[in-house]
Formats: sequence, structure tokens, C-alpha cells
Amino acid sequence: MENEVHSWVPLLAFLTPLLAVLPILIFRRETMLRDGSTIAAGIVMLCLVVSMLGDVSAGKIITCHLFDLVPNVPLEFRIDGLGMLFALVASFLWIPTSFYGFGYMRGLKEHSQTRFFAFFAVSLSATIGVAFAGNLLTMYLFYEMLSLATFPLVTHHQDKEARSGGRTYLSHLLGTSVAFALPALIWCYVAGGGADGMNFSDGGFLSADLGPTGGVVLLLLFAFGFSKAGMMPFHSWLPGAMVAPTPVSALLHAVAVVKVGVFCVLRVVTGVFGVDLLGRGEGGLDIGITLAWVAAFTVIVSSLIALTQDNLKRRLAFSTIGQLSYIILGAALATKLSVSGSMLHIAAHAVGKITLFYCAGAIFVATGKKYISQMSGLGKTMPFTFGAFFLGSLSVIGLPPTFGLISKFHLVMGTAEAGEKVLLVVFLVSTILNAAYFLPIVFRAFFPKNDQLPDGETAPKFSWSAVREAPLMCVVPLALTAFLSVFLFFGSGFLRELVATFVDPLFPK
Amino acid sequence: MAEHLPVIVLLVPLFAALINALAGSADERVGFPLTVAALTASLASAVVLLLHVVAEGPISYFLGGWDQISGIGIELRIDTLNGLVLVTVAAVGLLTAIYSCQRVPEDTPGRVANFYTLYLLLCTGLMGMTVTADAFNLFVLIEIASLTSYGLIAMGSSKRGTYAAFNYIIMGTIGASFYLLGVGYLYIATGTLDMSDIHATIITEGLSDSPSILVAFVLITIGVWIKMAFFPLYGWLPNAYTFAPSTTSAILAPLMTKVSIYVMIRIMLTVFGSEYVFEQLGWSRLIVALATIAIVAGSVLALAQKKLKKMLCYLIVAEVGYMVGGVWLADHNGLVGSVYHIISDAFMTLCLFLAAGIFFRRLGSHYIDELGGMFSKMPVTMAAFAVGALAMIGIPPTCGFFSKWYLIQGGIASGHWEYVVALLFSSLVNAVLFFRIFEVALFGSKPAEGHGHSDDHGNDHAEPVKIDEARPATLIPLVATAAIIILLGVFNGKIIDIIQLTIPAGSIEIPAGTMSGHAAPK
Repeated sequence: MENEVHSWVPLLAFLTPLLAVLPILIFRRETMLRDGSTIAAGIVMLCLVVSMLGDVSAGKIITCHLFDLVPNVPLEFRIDGLGMLFALVASFLWIPTSFYGFGYMRGLKEHSQTRFFAFFAVSLSATIGVAFAGNLLTMYLFYEMLSLATFPLVTHHQDKEARSGGRTYLSHLLGTSVAFALPALIWCYVAGGGADGMNFSDGGFLSADLGPTGGVVLLLLFAFGFSKAGMMPFHSWLPGAMVAPTPVSALLHAVAVVKVGVFCVLRVVTGVFGVDLLGRGEGGLDIGITLAWVAAFTVIVSSLIALTQDNLKRRLAFSTIGQLSYIILGAALATKLSVSGSMLHIAAHAVGKITLFYCAGAIFVATGKKYISQMSGLGKTMPFTFGAFFLGSLSVIGLPPTFGLISKFHLVMGTAEAGEKVLLVVFLVSTILNAAYFLPIVFRAFFPKNDQLPDGETAPKFSWSAVREAPLMCVVPLALTAFLSVFLFFGSGFLRELVATFVDPLFPK
Repeated sequence: MAEHLPVIVLLVPLFAALINALAGSADERVGFPLTVAALTASLASAVVLLLHVVAEGPISYFLGGWDQISGIGIELRIDTLNGLVLVTVAAVGLLTAIYSCQRVPEDTPGRVANFYTLYLLLCTGLMGMTVTADAFNLFVLIEIASLTSYGLIAMGSSKRGTYAAFNYIIMGTIGASFYLLGVGYLYIATGTLDMSDIHATIITEGLSDSPSILVAFVLITIGVWIKMAFFPLYGWLPNAYTFAPSTTSAILAPLMTKVSIYVMIRIMLTVFGSEYVFEQLGWSRLIVALATIAIVAGSVLALAQKKLKKMLCYLIVAEVGYMVGGVWLADHNGLVGSVYHIISDAFMTLCLFLAAGIFFRRLGSHYIDELGGMFSKMPVTMAAFAVGALAMIGIPPTCGFFSKWYLIQGGIASGHWEYVVALLFSSLVNAVLFFRIFEVALFGSKPAEGHGHSDDHGNDHAEPVKIDEARPATLIPLVATAAIIILLGVFNGKIIDIIQLTIPAGSIEIPAGTMSGHAAPK
């Protein structure tokens, strides 16, 4: 195609974190050098990704064709607006998370830090691989690589809890991908995609010959097969994965891993089925709505479960499950605004939720507290952390002045555009639920009632001398991402431009 | 020289075996270098042969110059199909030979020379089975391979090994007898033993309805099934491979079953022809169903095992189901997938058995529960084992994924959904099996209750566990095998292209033209 540019930069961006594993291992006894290599790799990768931003925003598509994996299906990178958006989010957030990780891991004197940062780098590489994947098979390859690379991170503590968490993690992620996604993949290949290389370029290579039943089955095979997206009933790996150290929960289980799941679903919807096939219009099979309802169910139920969780990280995990299903819902409705909303929500939720996880980790490092019921009054001693927590929750709820409002607005408008009134109610109810499970945390941190405090204590008065924050390396990243979610409320233009380059060709009017 | 390569591949290890038998009695240290040298020569000739066949089409070689017209010549024929299998056999043989360096004197003290003689003869037999184009000669070579393997298995120091070898002799002999009987029927009916002549005679004389051909087919198939341990004829396999010395199981497990599957494909497609096998008999449903049962049963039985090697043995039973099923799907992708899987499974099995041998030597125990902490103690061995395990599960980019890719495609295209489900089921079971091992290796058998915090500052200064890797002679072949597994996966397209030179795209037969020896290259 005329707007395609060949370039090796995507390959370099993919290889950078992978190669960083070497210096990380070599300098395993020189902490500063080891951690320095992580940061260096992060910066190089971000620069490489950003260097492609201009071309992609201008509507060009960057390709990097390596070699044929199976006949007609190459291992190829192909970067369009969607891939760029995701790569940008993941590679940008890796840098603050690395700093945060140094602070967190050193603060807690964790063991095997070298292994930890090495696998972290491999995970990032796999994430970029998924973001840049040019066809279904390439995407699947990196998807599996990510599942495996994150396993040692989830089970980092190597205790009983980690073992059972790791079991759930792998059995869900690997099990569903082998049992559902793999046959779906081969079905696609057999059903006519084979010769076209299964790539995402022409907005869907499946035809309506599939029939509505086949279409629904295939779509659900994909949606459940990519269970990193956390759709019920294959969601329980995510709360289980909370046994991991918090930097992992922050970057991987709020951004990279889970977003890879929804990203894959978005790819399947836009690149394999095509938005027309999903919809009700001419040539459509009207299958998107089934997926939308599964997602809507997940949104409501996970929010209700989140309300009942006292462990902060678990509450965040269930909130993530709900938010991921927003994205799937938007993709399933397949209107211009809803797909845009889904894409923006990838970024918005990433920035918001990572802030919340940073905060949860910072609270744990500073005070050793994991449960919300123990956190009354902590706002007085950790004002920055809880201030950031407040901004992060606003963004996840979708309130101004945060980026979350913009993405949620798109999603809601998209739902209206699709004419699904009941789903609008789902959005409304879930927003109320979001507020109900986040805002009380902030409220009781700053304004504790006496009966919420341990016996004999009274609500402390705020004074600067009483401030006991987590180490600076933990606090700075969370302040940064909290600021970012506010900043993007005002300055999201470049992201929306990126989204438009991807969405506009899908919906030619 | 080049035109004699088909026979050189066989003669080098054969003569090396003889030399070793003579010289070994004087000094048993001759065995190892001689074996490695002979198999290196075989591998090199096999590779050259394969390249030659890919470039210029199949080769026919008549032993001693007694050609087809004389009617008594034994023919060796190399096309890309058995060229690939030949390279695989030679490579696995060489890798295992390197691995044997220190293991054999430990496992079979005092019988090192005997071991290498049998080992070389086994390799000769297996490679012969691959290249021969004569149905009776094939029987002889099957017997060479089998008899040597009985000896190799019985050589171990454990009593159970001897008993298992005896069991194997009985089963193996029954299998060989079935095969021989079948060939007898064929000879009576067609008057020839040359594979493509048999096929040609069946066609020209319209023998395909003859009951003797049917009986021959059934007998030969059952004979080969016993040799490859196809469900439910697998009873001899698990104990024989589990209690054999580790070098023996490392060569037998990857090759014996795989070469037998190649033989089955060759018999089906070259001797009887795909039209007869798939259309006239129409047993696909039945046999794919049997294969499905083999896959499920093998996987479930593997789940029940507590010993690593035994678990791997049951996985072989399941993998045999993959390949037999794939061939009988009567679909191009299934057939090509099966051939590809012969190669990839050989290396996967080799990788796992080499690692299992290393673990056994270190721990003195076959039990999976004893593997605690292996990721820290033997990181390289464990990593290589993990590559083999991921290939068994079918994670890209290992070759195991791409075998499944083609096999499942074949299953979908031919409508054998039960086979597709069984493949996926077995992948999931494999995932459970191997992650159970990883878990033990990562956490130990009894993980700590508390947090794993260390006292140091996270610099990993005071590593509590010392890395204590296996010796280079055992580690090098293992790592090489792991690398091959990944390379085979990444370059699977090339392998498939080579297979398709013999089995043209879209077809399920080996066209007679490519077997006549003078066909134009594609």
C-alpha cells in the first residue's frame, strides 16, 4: 500500500528490553549498574517508539516484515494508530515503574531482584511485540511469551500463597489461550484468512459466510481465549496475581498484561472480523451485541465484588476487571465513537490505575498495611500518596478534571450511537459503583471517624512534621502519573489524533 | 563418491560397530571417539544427501549394482521425506553419543565396548529402516534395530530393566512376526519385494480387491503399530524406557517410535497407495478414533505418574496418537503435520530424556517431587528442559506449536473434531504436567509459609543455593537440542517446503513419479 513505510525501528524497539536482560544479569552484583541498564533500556525504547509517532500520526503505517512463520503468514510488525497508542502507554509507563520498582524492592529488601528485573524486561519486550504485531499468529506468539515471562514475577515470593496464585495465573492464561484462542486462530486460517496472511490491514478478513452462529462462537472463543482481558468467568487469575510484588501489579496487571488482553480483542474485532461484520448493518452478522452483554455483565458483577474487598490490591484488581470490560464493550459495539472510546480508555485506565497501584504499594512500604480498614487516618501522614490516590480514582471513575472523563465520554456516546439504551444504564450504574468503592477509601484516610480507628487513638491533626511518606523513589512516580491523568484531560489532543488515524479508515462514511 | 552416499550413511556406523567389537575388547576407550566420529560422518553424509535430494530430486541406489531388472537387487531410495528423517536420526544419534561420554562408563561399567557396538548397530538399523525401499530388507533392519535395543535396555543395572527388556522382546517379536507375515502375503500376491514394484503390480494387475492384499495390509499395520507403541499396543514401552540406562532411553525414546511411524507412512503411501488406504478401505474414522483415544489415554496416564521418565513415556504414547491420527486424517495438512511432528517430536523427546537423565544422575531418584530447587541449582539444564516442555505444550515459537498448527488444521479441514479436541486436551494436560514440575523446581516440594525476604540488600550477594551444573559433555547436547527445537519452529516453513517436494501441496500421496528415481526436481 502507498502509505506503508518499511522500517527496522519496530524490531529495535522490541529487542531493546530483551537485550537489556544481558547487562541486568551481568551486573547482578552491581545494583546501580543493573538498575541503570533497566532505565537506559526504558529510555531507549521510549525514544524508539516516539520516533515513529510522527509518521503514524500522519496516517502512515510502519511495517517490518521478518520471515514466514508458516506458509503465507510472516512474523511481521505493523504499526498503526492502535498499536502505537498501546506501545506508547506501555513503554512510557515502564520508566516510572522501574524507579518505583527500585524503591519498592529495596525498601522491602526483596530477594532475587536480578531475576525480577530481568523478567520484567522480557515482559515489556513481549508487550511491545503484541502491540506491534502485524498478524494474528505474531500476536499470539508474543501473547504466550508474555504469559510465561510474567509467571516468575507473579510467583516472586516463592511461598505458598505465590504458588497457588501462580497456579491460577498460568492455568487461566495458558489454559484458555490453548483451549480457545489457538483453535480460533486455526479456524480463522482455515476459514479463508490463510491466503491473506491473517493480517489486520484490510479491516477484517473473515466473510459473512461464517454465519451468525459460527461468528458468535468464533468471537467468544477469541474473547475468552485472550483471557488476559479478564472477562468473566475467566477473570479469577487477576485477583490471584495480586500476590506479586506491587510494581508487577502496577505495570503488568493494570497496564501491560491486562491491556494486552483487551488489545487482542480490539484487534480481533477490528482486524479479523471487521466492524461491519460485527454490527447489524448490511453484511453484518449482528454478533457484537452478544459479546457486549458478556462484557456488561462483567462490568456490573466485578464492581459489586470490588465493593466487598477489604484488601486494597484485590479491590483494585476487581475494579480493573470491570474497566477492562468497558473496553471490550466499546469494541463489541463497533461504532466509531465506541471504538475510539475503547482505545482512549486503554490509555486513560492505564494511567489512572497505575497510580492507584503505586499508592497501594507505597502504603505497604511505608506502613506495612494492606487492608482498607487499617488505612483510616493515613491521609494525614501520607498526604501525597492519598492525594494521588484521589486523582487516580477520579480518573478511573471518569470525573473531571481527569483523562478518564474523556474516554468514558466517548464510550457512553458510542453506546448511544449504537442505540443500546440498556447498556447506557450499565455505564451509569457502574460509574456509581466505581465511586462507591473508591471514594470512601480517600474519605476515611483524610477524615477518619473515631470508631474506625484502633482503640485509644484519636484522629491525628495534620502537621508537616508528622508526614511519613514512602521512599522518594515510590512517591515521585505516583505523583507523576497522578499529574499525568490530570494533564491528559487538557492535553489529550495527540492521543485523539492517533486514535483518529486508526478509527477513521474503519468507518468510511 | 556422491552417488554412493546413500550406502555410506549406513556403512560407516556398521563398520565402526565391527571395528569397535574387535578393538573394544582390547581397550574399551575406543568406543566413544569411534562412535562420535562414525555418527558425525553419517550426519554429514545425510545432510549432503538431503541437500542433494532437495536440489535434484530423489535418488535410487542399488546395492552392489544389482539393479531392478535383475530382480534380486536391494534398493535404497532417498526422497526429501526420508532424507529429513535420516538427518533427524543421525543428529539424534550423534547428540546422544556425545551425551554418553561419561554416562556409559558409569551406567554400564565393564561393558562399555559392548554398549557402543550395540549403539552403532542400532543407529545403522534405524537409518536403514529410513532409507530402504525393499519391504523384506526393511524387516531385517527393523530386527537389527529391535535386537540391539533389547540388549541396550537389558544392560542397565536395575532388575526391572531386565524384566522390561524381556517383556519388550516378546512384544517386539510378535510385532516383527506380524510384519513378516504381511510381507509374505504381499510377496505371494505380487512376486516382488521392492516397494514401488509392489505398488505398481497391485495397480496393473488389479489386485486391490484381493483378500491377500487386505490381509497383508492389516498384518503389516498391526506389526508396525506394536513397534511404535500405538494405543492399545503400548504396554511394553513405559517400563522398557523408564528402567533402561539413561543413554539408552535417550536414543530409543526419540527414535524407535518415530522411525516406526515413518515406516507406517511409507508403507501406506508407497506400497499400498493413498487411494487404497484412504478411499478403498475407508478406515479413517475408526483409526482416527483410536488415535484420539491414544492421545487422551496417554495424557491421562501421564498425569498419574510420579516418576519423571515414566511420565515422559506415557507422553510418547500420546504423541504417537498425534502422528498416527494426523496421517489417517487423509488430509494434506494432517499428513505434512505428522511428518513434521516426527522430526520435531524426536528432538522434543530427546531434550526431555537428556534432561531427565541428568536429573536422575544428580538426584539418584526418578521422582518428580525430588526436583525441588532445580531452577537455582541447575539453571541451564532446567532452562533447556523448559524449552522441551514448552514445545510439548505447544507454545510458539517452539516446533511443538507448529506441529499442532498443521495437525489441527488437518483435523478441522477433514472434519475430525474429536481429534482436534483431543490435541487441545493433550496440550492442556501437558501444561499441567510440566508446570507441576516447574513449580516443584521453582518452589521446592514444600514451599515456605512466610515471605521469601532475604537479609541482604537485594544484591544477591549471599546466594543461598550454589549453582552446580551438569558436566559439559552432558550439557552441550542438551542445550544444542533445545536450540534445535526453537530453530525447527522458527524455520518450520522451510521444513514444510521440503516435505512438500515429496508430498505435493494439497495431495495426500507420494506420487509414483518421485519414487522412480529419475523425476525432474520441482
